Order: sequence, then C-alpha cells, then structure tokens
Amino acid sequence: MDNAIEAVGVRKAFGDNCVLDGVDLEVRTGETLVILGASGSGKSTLLRILVGLEPPDEGTVQVCGTKIYEVDELERARLYRRIGMAFQAGALFGSMTIAENVELPLAELTEIPAMNRRIIARIKLGMVGLEDSMDKMPSELSGGMKKRASLARALALDPELVFFDEPSAGLDPITAAGLDQLICQLKNVFDMTLVVVTHELESAFTIADRLALMHEGRFLIIDTPDVVRGCDDPIVRNFLDRQPPVHDGGGEKFKRFLEELQT
Amino acid sequence: MNGILETFGLATRGLVADTGAIYRLGASTASIVFLGPFRGQRVRLRAAVEQTVRAGNNSLFLVALICSLVGMVMALQSAYQLRQLGAVDLVPNLVAISITRELAPLLTAIIVAGRYGSAIAAELGTMKVSQEIDALEVMGISPISFLVAPRVGGLLVALPCLTIFADLVGILGGQAITVSAMGMGASRYVELTLDALVLEDIYTGLVKAVAFATLIGLVGCHQGLNTRGGAEEVGRTTTTAVVRSIVLVMAADLFVTAIFFIRA
Repeated sequence: MDNAIEAVGVRKAFGDNCVLDGVDLEVRTGETLVILGASGSGKSTLLRILVGLEPPDEGTVQVCGTKIYEVDELERARLYRRIGMAFQAGALFGSMTIAENVELPLAELTEIPAMNRRIIARIKLGMVGLEDSMDKMPSELSGGMKKRASLARALALDPELVFFDEPSAGLDPITAAGLDQLICQLKNVFDMTLVVVTHELESAFTIADRLALMHEGRFLIIDTPDVVRGCDDPIVRNFLDRQPPVHDGGGEKFKRFLEELQT
Repeated sequence: MNGILETFGLATRGLVADTGAIYRLGASTASIVFLGPFRGQRVRLRAAVEQTVRAGNNSLFLVALICSLVGMVMALQSAYQLRQLGAVDLVPNLVAISITRELAPLLTAIIVAGRYGSAIAAELGTMKVSQEIDALEVMGISPISFLVAPRVGGLLVALPCLTIFADLVGILGGQAITVSAMGMGASRYVELTLDALVLEDIYTGLVKAVAFATLIGLVGCHQGLNTRGGAEEVGRTTTTAVVRSIVLVMAADLFVTAIFFIRA
C-alpha cells in the first residue's frame, strides 16, 4: 500500500532542548493514525513538521509523494491543495464570518464563482453541523463550534489528507464524541487519510486504525489499538493506565537545590 | 565587562538578522506587487485600497493637528529672527521650504508609524499567536501576498497623500500666525509661498514619504509575523515595531536629504 506520509530520521531541537530525536513515521493512504503522547513529548512539533510549518534540523519528510522541504513554493502550494488541517483553537480569521472562512481557500486557490463558493461553504458547514451559523463571526462561537468550523475550512478543497491538532481537547464528552464520529465518517465515507494528534485516550482508541505513542521525542510503539492496549512496556502502560511518574521532588533533588543556592 | 560585551554582541547579531529578514520580506513583497500580475498571481487591489483608507483615516486628524501647529511654531520662530533684520517677508519662504522638504514627510511618517505601523504589528502578531498565519500557509495562501503586500502597498499610497495634506495644513498654520500676529495680508503670504516653492521641494518630500512608507510597512509586518508566545509578546513586538520604524525613518531621512543635497 502507498504511504501518504513518510518521515525518516526527523530531528528537531530548540536550543539545547532536543524535542524530536530521529523519528521515523509512515502513514498509509486511507488510514487514521493517531499520535498520542503526554504534553511536551514532541507530538505537536512533529505535526508542525509534517505539515511544512517547521523545518526539521535533520531528516526528510515526504507528504503525498512530495518532499515538502525540498520543493519550491509553487510545488508546495500545489501540495497544500491536497491537504487540510483542523487547528486546536480553530485559527479562524476573526474579521470574517464562518462562511467566509470556509470560502477563503476556494476564493484564493480556485476560479469557482462566488455563488458556487457559497454553496460549497454551506455543504461543508452542513457536514460539521454548523449550517445555521454560516453568518456568525468566530467570536460568537463556542470552542467546539470553532473546531468544527476549522474542520469545515480544512475540507473546503476536498483534501486527500487531513491533520487534526488536539480535536477533542477542552470539549465536553458529548461534543468530543460527536467530533470523533465526524472523524470516523471522513475516513469511512470519503476515504481520507487522517493524522490526529491528541492526548485523549478514549478518543484515540475510538478513531484510530493505528496508534503511535510518543515519549521524549521518540515513538515507543506504532501499532493497532489492540496491540497497543496489550503492550507491556512500562512507559506505555503508565500512559494507558493514567499512572503519573513518581517524582523525587522532596528528597535528594531538594537537597541539591539548596546546596546550589548556597554556593 | 564580559556581560556588557555579550549583550552588545547579541544585540548586534539580532539587528543584523532582523535587517536581513526585513530586506528579504521587502524583496518578496516587491516581487509580488510588481511581478505578480505578470506571473498570473492575484492582484489584491481591493485589500490594498482598504488598507490605504485605513492608514489615511487612522492618521488624518493627528497629521492635521500636529502639522498645523508645527507650521505655526515655524512661523513664530523664523519671524523672531527675521524681524530683527527687517525680513519678515522671508517667513513664508522659510515655512514652506522647511515644511515641504523636511517637517511634513518626517512628522507624518512618525505619526503613521505610531498609529498604523503599530496597528499592523499588533494585528499580524495576534494572527500569528492564534495560528491564523499558520492556517494561511497550510491552505497554500502566501501570508506575504495576502497580508503584507496590501498593507505595504496601501501605505505607499496613503503616506505620500498624507504628506501632501501635511504640506498644505503646515503652510496654512504658518499663514494663520503670519497674518494674525505680523499683519501680513493672506494673499501676500500665498504669493510669497508660491514664489519660494519649486517642484523639487514637493517631490523631495514625496520621495521621502515613499521611502518611509516602505520602512514602516515592512517593519510592522516583520515584527507582527515574527511574534512568538502570547498576548504579552504581541505588546512587546508592537512597541518594537514603532521604535524601530521611527529610528529607521530618521536614518532614511538623513540619507535621502544627503542625496538631494549632493545633487543640488
């Protein structure tokens, strides 16, 4: 099967802080890959690298057959017509209505007439259940509605590959479940390849064909939900069983801190 | 001592890096504005007109107020000296030339940097921290074409227009004082002003306005697009945009004045 994404040996550091330490990742066409990990594990940085927003220090990234950091602007713009991204906080343009937000990529990148753009925006907003909020401004929407509007915008150009950044973070359980359902529909009905970055376990196991668990800039495991669920790696188990790591905050570390303070 | 050297070194490195980045932003913007139409790229005329109106509206009242006051002060200060020589007739000459060649373009640029340059930096900075710029990039829409070019283009039209307006209100301010305090006839003032001014005085000011508009627009956009972090950082980049714009405007003023001086 073809791969929608191939990332090889991806390294990224910010100053002395190594965020990604030689990550390899393959996302197969048509699958839903969920990247899981604790806060600070490097998953959001990896997502930014995969969509072309943050060049890696080392390694290659190929998206839909295009080496995203090695092509010129024109080629990259062509690639971006084939992918979409739903942002964590929506990233909707505050000066435009929801419908105008969805119409924007159609207006900028296609020759579709204004009336047809409006119809497409209505269809895409209908898919995410926001057809009645077309003329609202982003500031009038709740967090969950913003995420759905962002997804409608990402779907405007019928992409083959859609990235989701924390789709259910900060949502109530019912809204989160609705969004999970929507993500499953995108895969089943429209045959899209989906890459979802999240730390919501329930959501991850609901939507994933494969799960990839990140820890300290590396993947600990990339496999089906059943295999991941049965994994006996202690770090994987701690994450899945929601066991926080034991911190030696009071003993030796505090003594060392006091000594350093005195010197 | 090492600390001071390190701070100085880091500041210099930052300045050089920023200058390079602003230059690259300027080159990309110029390429989009001037070559884009020939390469089949979208011309954002409507957005540029909106930005022109916004920049003009933002600063029009302040430009009128400050430049008329400066015209009045110029008239009083020059009359104070020239009266002793019995050469009050030279007041309109002095006011007109100082206003058109120097004060109108410079003061207008400083006002626009404070009003519109800061607004650009804050707007783009907020868009950056709320990932709207990232969203544009992932949609395949160039933020330079979509955001920077209309703003810089708008300023390139608005600032020269504001400068001509500032020329007029500055001269009118000087006239008001000369007529009321020194008893010169209003038509005599206009006559002397028209005799004193040559076309070069006007276009010297306009050349400066174009240079200042480019600097204010590019610095505001650069600072905004490079904002990282949250709301506090937006405030910091806005202040930096205004300070850097004003410093660069002053430096450019010296440079352009020197060129016209050497040519004369």
